[in-house]
Amino acid sequence: MNELAAAVPWLGKRNPMAARWLILIIAIVAPFIAWQFGKSWVRILDFALLYMMLALGLNLVVGFAGLLDLGYIAFYAVGAYTFAFLASPHFDIHLPFWAILPLGAGFAALAGIMLGFPVLRLRGDYLAIVTLGFGEIVRIFMLNLNYPVNITNGPQGINMIDPINLFGWDLSRNIQVTENFSINSLFLYYYFFLLAVTGSIIFIQRLQISRVGRAWAAMRDDELAAKAIGINTRNMKLLAFSLGATFGGVSGCLFGAFQGFVSPESFSLMESIAVLTMVVFGGMGNIAGAVVGAFVLALLPEILRDVAVPLQQTLFGHVLLDPEVLRMLLLSLAMILMMLLRPAGMIPARARYCHDEHLINKLKQEAAK
Amino acid sequence: METLIQQLINGLVIGSVYALIALGYTMVYGILGLINFAHGDVLMVGALVALQTMMFLMGMAPGMSPLAMLTIALLVAIVVCMLLGFTMERLAYRRLRNAPRLAPLITAIGVSFLLQTLAMIIWGRNYHTFPQLISTTPLQPIEGVFVTPVQIAIVLASAALMVGLLLLVNRTKIGRAMRATAENHRVASLMGVDTNAVIAFTFVIGAGLAAVAGVMYASNYGIAHYGMGFMPGLKAFTAAVLGGIGNLGGAMLGGVVLGLVESFGAGYIEHLTFGFLNSSYQDIFAFIILGLVLIFRPTGLLGERVSDRA
Repeated sequence: MNELAAAVPWLGKRNPMAARWLILIIAIVAPFIAWQFGKSWVRILDFALLYMMLALGLNLVVGFAGLLDLGYIAFYAVGAYTFAFLASPHFDIHLPFWAILPLGAGFAALAGIMLGFPVLRLRGDYLAIVTLGFGEIVRIFMLNLNYPVNITNGPQGINMIDPINLFGWDLSRNIQVTENFSINSLFLYYYFFLLAVTGSIIFIQRLQISRVGRAWAAMRDDELAAKAIGINTRNMKLLAFSLGATFGGVSGCLFGAFQGFVSPESFSLMESIAVLTMVVFGGMGNIAGAVVGAFVLALLPEILRDVAVPLQQTLFGHVLLDPEVLRMLLLSLAMILMMLLRPAGMIPARARYCHDEHLINKLKQEAAK
Repeated sequence: METLIQQLINGLVIGSVYALIALGYTMVYGILGLINFAHGDVLMVGALVALQTMMFLMGMAPGMSPLAMLTIALLVAIVVCMLLGFTMERLAYRRLRNAPRLAPLITAIGVSFLLQTLAMIIWGRNYHTFPQLISTTPLQPIEGVFVTPVQIAIVLASAALMVGLLLLVNRTKIGRAMRATAENHRVASLMGVDTNAVIAFTFVIGAGLAAVAGVMYASNYGIAHYGMGFMPGLKAFTAAVLGGIGNLGGAMLGGVVLGLVESFGAGYIEHLTFGFLNSSYQDIFAFIILGLVLIFRPTGLLGERVSDRA
């Protein structure tokens, strides 16, 4: 949480500990505030957390390793469909959540490696297009694999997916505390997702300052030099793809269970681009950036939907730009303007990641000898 | 046998459209090393502007001959797209010329989606019927093989445009400036080439070709809508890579080859996979080819550049 805390304006630099608590309190209180505006806002927060996880995973690939992946949503799809296959009446299989989660993550990681192998030699723009093609291929298969054997149920998708069930505790049921006070299932999902995101952040933060993270940074900044100092760039790239994909797969599983149905429509290129915009907006190569970017860009379209539609109705008498158009407009403009005006994102990544005072001191002593 | 010839014709027609679009990609890539992701959407704008013009003309002068109408619509579309190409380069890409390598690409994706969104706002989400001003009554040169006049017109017009472009690049002064800029910006500018103007010119020419391709594509399928540019754009990019990106002849060859592969693939995939896959998988051929080319021959069929250049 260090980085996230450091990103809190003013307080972050003075008192990181206080900043950390502040974030935690806000995160815990957020759904209660959202509840005041209506149930749908809590749901939006839940989705924002899923987007956060996606952005964190994509940030591994794009931000840390410098590999532009435009087909990232395919891994989300792999996770979601894995969950849908193994926990729905579609094949009449109902495995427990904890059994599917590693499977979903594993399949997604496998898909990541499958994508990684052929594109190992590619860089920059070529990589982007090939990954985009990969995403499209996955989508085309999801759309059409209902014939001659019905696997994905085509464009209709799969519904009635089992909800998340933590050792007999069904997250989709409201908890009745007293007669007239109950905890809504959306809250339960929120805190479960929050836990998942927090875990991801801690994991990724450790990863970033680890040997692997530093190797990625070296590879991103100069592949040739990285090779020259003995980094196995092939393995590092594959690792980036598969780890990034794992996060996609896990959030896909959560998405499938939370939403209750999956269809190819949720995994269009636009979604890949949306996640990429979140990473770019927040700041590539930066955990706090991915989190903030996902939060802002998942919420802003919804706020616009609430504000802009009635506003247009009063101004022009009819809705000129519907919410979906507004979202696309917002995302595309965010992408262009960020690149032109603030290419490092709202929260620029710091160049050095050595937080380990002990290590720094040790290195200093060694240098002094 | 009839099927074979029929697929050959279909492939040739769609391939020549791909080739026209691929030229735009390859020219810009050759000069800037940038994949202009929004190129496919310029095509879409071209088709929709042409559609709008035709509608306008049909309302204003119902008695006008179809050919004149098509010509006017085409010219309007070309001019609008050229302006669009110029604006894009000026506002979005020029400022990023020395930025880190991901920045222009991400911007290009943004521009692509911005164009789609704007088109959605202007023309709505619906599919529009594209007026077929050249006859679509199929001719039957051989028993069982059908060719429409539209298809003949597409192939002839693309061939003419490609010859024109080759002449422009290889025989004129601005063409020489373009080649020099592609070779080396700085040296070219030291030799007195106004590289900014040359780059803008390249975008404008590419956008003009895309406009023509858009009208062709829409005429061929009889349909136009805001997202129509995406797939042909991607496929044309594949064609450009297949031929060797940065290489004009390569783009043309790649386009035709891709069109043929796609057409044969869609025609025979059902037999090849024993009915498991059908022609709804047509779109994946381009991606598979792209993957294969990049793995086994990243320089493309005719190119010398390496895929590492980014």
